[in-house]
Amino acid sequence: MSVEAAEAFLKAWRPGPLMPRADARDGGLVFVIAVLCFFACLTALAALAGDRAAGGWTAQLRGSATVLVRPRGGESGDAAAARAAETLAGVKGVSEAAALEKDKALALLQPWLGPEALKEAQAGDLPIPRLVTLELDKDAPATAADLDRALKTQGIDAAVDDHSLWIKDIVRAGLWARAAALGLFALTALTAAAVIAFAARAALAARREIVEVLHVAGAQDRFIAGLLMRRFAGMAFVAGLIAAALAAGIGAAARLAGGGQGLTPVLPVAWIDLAALAPCPLLAALLAAFCARGAALRLLKEKA
Amino acid sequence: MTSDGEHDRAVDAPVLRFSDVSLRYGRQAETLREVSFDLEPGSFHFLTGPSGAGKSSLLKLVYRAQLPSRGRVTLFGQDLAALPRRELARVRRRIGVVFQDFRLLEHLNAFDNAALPLRIAGRRPKDYKTDVADLLAWVGLGSKLHAMPVTLSGGEKQRLAIARAVITKPDLLLADEPTGNVDADMAQRILRLFTELNRRGATVLIATHDQDLVARAAMPQLRLRDGQLDGVAVLAPGA
Repeated sequence: MSVEAAEAFLKAWRPGPLMPRADARDGGLVFVIAVLCFFACLTALAALAGDRAAGGWTAQLRGSATVLVRPRGGESGDAAAARAAETLAGVKGVSEAAALEKDKALALLQPWLGPEALKEAQAGDLPIPRLVTLELDKDAPATAADLDRALKTQGIDAAVDDHSLWIKDIVRAGLWARAAALGLFALTALTAAAVIAFAARAALAARREIVEVLHVAGAQDRFIAGLLMRRFAGMAFVAGLIAAALAAGIGAAARLAGGGQGLTPVLPVAWIDLAALAPCPLLAALLAAFCARGAALRLLKEKA
Repeated sequence: MTSDGEHDRAVDAPVLRFSDVSLRYGRQAETLREVSFDLEPGSFHFLTGPSGAGKSSLLKLVYRAQLPSRGRVTLFGQDLAALPRRELARVRRRIGVVFQDFRLLEHLNAFDNAALPLRIAGRRPKDYKTDVADLLAWVGLGSKLHAMPVTLSGGEKQRLAIARAVITKPDLLLADEPTGNVDADMAQRILRLFTELNRRGATVLIATHDQDLVARAAMPQLRLRDGQLDGVAVLAPGA
């Protein structure tokens, strides 16, 4: 090498990596971390969509009530329902009250009675309960007790259903769904942590000669652990990026396929939900850094 | 506050002290048996003896790749067995080690291999670039700065391993058969390098069975035989 060549070398020189960059096992590890991150991302998307669905249903149910009117004496069902609707329309917290027409009430009964019995009912042989549907004020909805009191005052025999039973069930189901999503997320993170720790120990064991040279040259354990930490954090960042991109693709497809309500009305995905995937690469890198460093320090201490 | 007496003791303390040191690997017979000696600051010793006498094992005890089964190794006044790991790293930075099998990092080029101890010590690349290039040129590897170890000959690897060991100008230089793979001329140059480091204050301990090298240097020998120290001999130049 001439003097000029040596000078050119020194000018262009950048310190090489103290741990070898590429390894045949790296591809497999990136794949495993990417798959785990992908599951975590899908879990997060499902949790957000489920939360939104539960919120929507709850709001819908809270904003309405149904009143079952039973005609008394010689009063016809239509008359009783109309009277109930008129009474309830005047209650504070009710935006709109409407008696359900007889045909619509019969249609609701068809699944339970069957078409033949329905014909008999239409002929007038079967007493048909009549319904009044209410839309409640969103900010200050009337309570079931308010409605019941108003109906009793007018001497109307009726049962008020403010959907509270359903709301409780939906809220409970929403909580369970969130807890399940959190559990799955934690399980995925723990699995990723275990995989990374195992891989870090294997990587260190495979490079024990390098580690020995670094030690004899005066490297601290934390210096060596830092080399491994950066390497694994980099791999996990790439894996997290791939996983987040794939999950975002699936989320976008679900959003586009389902129009305004997402893929199905059951799990409505919103565009903003995709933003929740953005921290995935960083979180994966942080988890990998923490686990790789911890595993390396433990192994170096064991071998001391 | 340190009294003058304490200061004197610190100055006079041996760089390396072996006190009745024995070493046994597993259940095998003892490789070293009750070895005791001191290396004074600035001294130059050869560690000689036939193959299997325990020379490499003795060096491993000095850089604490092994702990003695019995006895005590004291380096720079500190008991190596009792040294916390963090402190051990600091002590190791004061030592240069030339391994018999070189232990070069195969994924780094010659320049990066030689610069390794400086990087570990936290020196900035721009501060040591020229020093590393100069040293590599001095050991005859000036044209191989970018060469990967796998492309180097045995002698070139050995010179690179020596460059890595001396790049930090260590207080104690340990070398295990440092001239085993080089010709007589290069062996002479390497000996001159070690002598120069010694002249600048480094304590040097070289394990070798190269009697020509020992004779040329005319420095005291620690002779090992069957794991025991056979004595200290001084050869006159040309003997």
